[in-house]
Amino acid sequence: MKPGIGNRASPARRLRLAFFIALLTCVGFAHAQAIEPMPFANHAQELRFQHLTHQLRCPMCQNETLADSNAPIARDLRNQIFKLMQQGKSDEEIKQYLVARYSNYILYDPPLRPGTVLLWFGPLAILLAGAGVVLVAIRKRRREGVETTTVGDSADNGEDW
Amino acid sequence: MTPELGQLALILALLLALAQGVLPLIGAWRGNRALMAVARPAAAGQAVFVAFAFGILVWAFLHFDFSVQYVADNSNLELPWYYRIAAVWGAHEGSLLLWIFILNVWTVALAAFSYKLPDVFASRVLAVMGLIAVGFLAFIVFTSDPFGRLLPMPGDGADLNPVLQDPGMAFHPPVLYTGYVGFSVAFAFAIAGLLGGELEQAWVRWARPWTNVAWAFLTLGIVAGSWWAYAELGWGGWWFWDPVENASFMPWLVGAALIHAQAVTEKRGSLRAWTILLSIFAFSLSLLGTFLVRSGVLTSVHAFASDPRRGVFILAFLTIVVGGSLLLYALRAPKVAGGKAFQLLSRETVLLIGNLMFAVAAAMVLLGTLFPLIGDALNLGRISVGPPYFGFLFPLLMLPVVVLMPFGPFLRWGKGESPLLKQILLRVGIAAAACAIVAAFFVDGKLKAIVGVAALAWLGVGVLLYAYKRWRDVPRGRRYPGEMAGMLLAHLGVGVFVAGVLLTESLSVTRDVRMAPGDTQHISGYDFRFDGVHRTTGPNWKADQGVITVTRDSKQIAVMHPQKRTYPRGQVQTESAVDAGVFRDLYVALGEPMDAGNIEGAWALRLYYKPFVRWIWGGGLLMMLGGFVCAADKRFRLKRTADATAPVDLQPQESRA
Repeated sequence: MKPGIGNRASPARRLRLAFFIALLTCVGFAHAQAIEPMPFANHAQELRFQHLTHQLRCPMCQNETLADSNAPIARDLRNQIFKLMQQGKSDEEIKQYLVARYSNYILYDPPLRPGTVLLWFGPLAILLAGAGVVLVAIRKRRREGVETTTVGDSADNGEDW
Repeated sequence: MTPELGQLALILALLLALAQGVLPLIGAWRGNRALMAVARPAAAGQAVFVAFAFGILVWAFLHFDFSVQYVADNSNLELPWYYRIAAVWGAHEGSLLLWIFILNVWTVALAAFSYKLPDVFASRVLAVMGLIAVGFLAFIVFTSDPFGRLLPMPGDGADLNPVLQDPGMAFHPPVLYTGYVGFSVAFAFAIAGLLGGELEQAWVRWARPWTNVAWAFLTLGIVAGSWWAYAELGWGGWWFWDPVENASFMPWLVGAALIHAQAVTEKRGSLRAWTILLSIFAFSLSLLGTFLVRSGVLTSVHAFASDPRRGVFILAFLTIVVGGSLLLYALRAPKVAGGKAFQLLSRETVLLIGNLMFAVAAAMVLLGTLFPLIGDALNLGRISVGPPYFGFLFPLLMLPVVVLMPFGPFLRWGKGESPLLKQILLRVGIAAAACAIVAAFFVDGKLKAIVGVAALAWLGVGVLLYAYKRWRDVPRGRRYPGEMAGMLLAHLGVGVFVAGVLLTESLSVTRDVRMAPGDTQHISGYDFRFDGVHRTTGPNWKADQGVITVTRDSKQIAVMHPQKRTYPRGQVQTESAVDAGVFRDLYVALGEPMDAGNIEGAWALRLYYKPFVRWIWGGGLLMMLGGFVCAADKRFRLKRTADATAPVDLQPQESRA
């Protein structure tokens, strides 16, 4: 033991203890908020930080952004991102840095790769197929169709407007 | 032994549901009136037993019966009585019980209001509702019994998740479920129509008010959920594209398409097959939503394995419902397009485009929600799909809907007039452009905000022009039938919603700040003065409560009290303070003391200025109101002597074929 400690914990130990308690309380209770004022160089940088951390996922949480999560790892990563920003790294470089460590899982914006082609172009394919069906239906209905039907004409079906 | 009575009641309800689901179908098939007549009493009996079981679970919560596992898991001695009632639907088993209870309420209402329907048809509809109830009751009885015992009985229970201890959360699930379950009525009508081959307009007319009410409830449920997330989760967001939110949003999108498709089918006879298909999908997505949220599959596909019986049951049930109804659809859906012809320029075309966009949007949300699960299951590597994906694709898909919306009411059925449309285009275009230019000066030229104001003008002026046209052209008393008034309200709601979303997103200010008592922060014209933190207590929590005095031009606006609560089992929960206003919300959340343990010193705080955020929910409430007003149209309540048993419409179809 170092001299002079007596029964009081050293700052380092207290810090470690605090960190341990924080770890215990944060895991699983992620709905306490992540609020951390950081010494941004200017307002533009603060906005950039907010935007970037909202697009990244906390790797240990159920479904929370780095911006919102209170988990210890999210705090560490926020600090890391802040540091990288101060070093003048671009958003893209910061993302690469994180992906290298936590895989694409950390990106809420999944990059276009062979595995995600279906994800990005699936809706377009559905839209085109649907539009085709609608076009065919409309063309068909211009020619066919019943000019008058027996049901509905006698009844008020609100068709007058 | 009371909880066992609840279990017994559920088993009896299951047997009655079987009777309700099977006998009337046989009766309708064989023309046996006695068997058809089983439907209503069986439905009523089932409802009584389920209500009894529900009541027993509530009673167990109110009387701290911790010998019931579910009660012990979700409440404790300190939980106030109102949250003990809300705890009934706080977890898997109880929320399924709530689901089936609401299904019974809908079924009984349907049984009571269906006397004007032909017997054969009504008994088929009630039988389908009975079969749905069989699925859910079997799921509860065999895999998710809420009355399971915990012996020896513990002295105290765990806790209801503090996130759920909020009025919004007590209210949100029942309303949302009322919407989900309501789509079962449209589903039952569609299936009954397919079974009986009665594909004329009649069943659609009967189904319409039910669908509108269900959709309105779902809208309210989603609005409540969004508001709760905003106020309670503390991140000040109103929508995160979380899988849980998407689960409720998919049936909403399909439901929105369905209520429009039903209108076309009822009035013009066209789009019949599409209406049936949408009815099937709206309900299937409601089922999927219920299970997605409650099964734990969202956390990980592997969570399913924790209770494989549940997973297998859910997959089997979904397969039977979706597969069975699609098979029936393939066999029985109208092959020949019926109804009146329409030209390229017609209201039908516009509604069809809107329907297409809603359906594709729902498919996109489904794809984005399930893609990570599929990737996980197939070991393609874990990926996340979040707000950047949905937030990029969804507005693109909805753009045509918003652009076309003002023209819909002005377009005639069958064949529209282009001069009138050009006139409308000119007017709404000028209104939108003028508002955009004026807005540009107030919002620092922020594009999103300008677009939001222009969209509101575009939609709002469209609604006003149509309301004016009706007021001018139509004699008093017949100007605004409920159906039309509802449509106008809902469309106005879309405008208010879009404006709220875009204005909030572009003009909000968020600051994380460190404040010592006495410090002042200046945000968007407001001065937030931090007056320190003190301790306070509630019924079952202790809290650090901050005091923030907000002034503007040295006039006091509000005193806000954000809290950081600690619940009996050690869970920490922030309670944000919100000063609500029509044009802006001020929002304060309490973080951590800068010096741990010294609550009287400086704190980390998050301050928000959120302009027009209430308009998001205001727009949603207008849409909901539109749904209810539409359903209240007198036309739907008229006693119909028709004749659904006689397929009147067959003749023209045959002559065409």
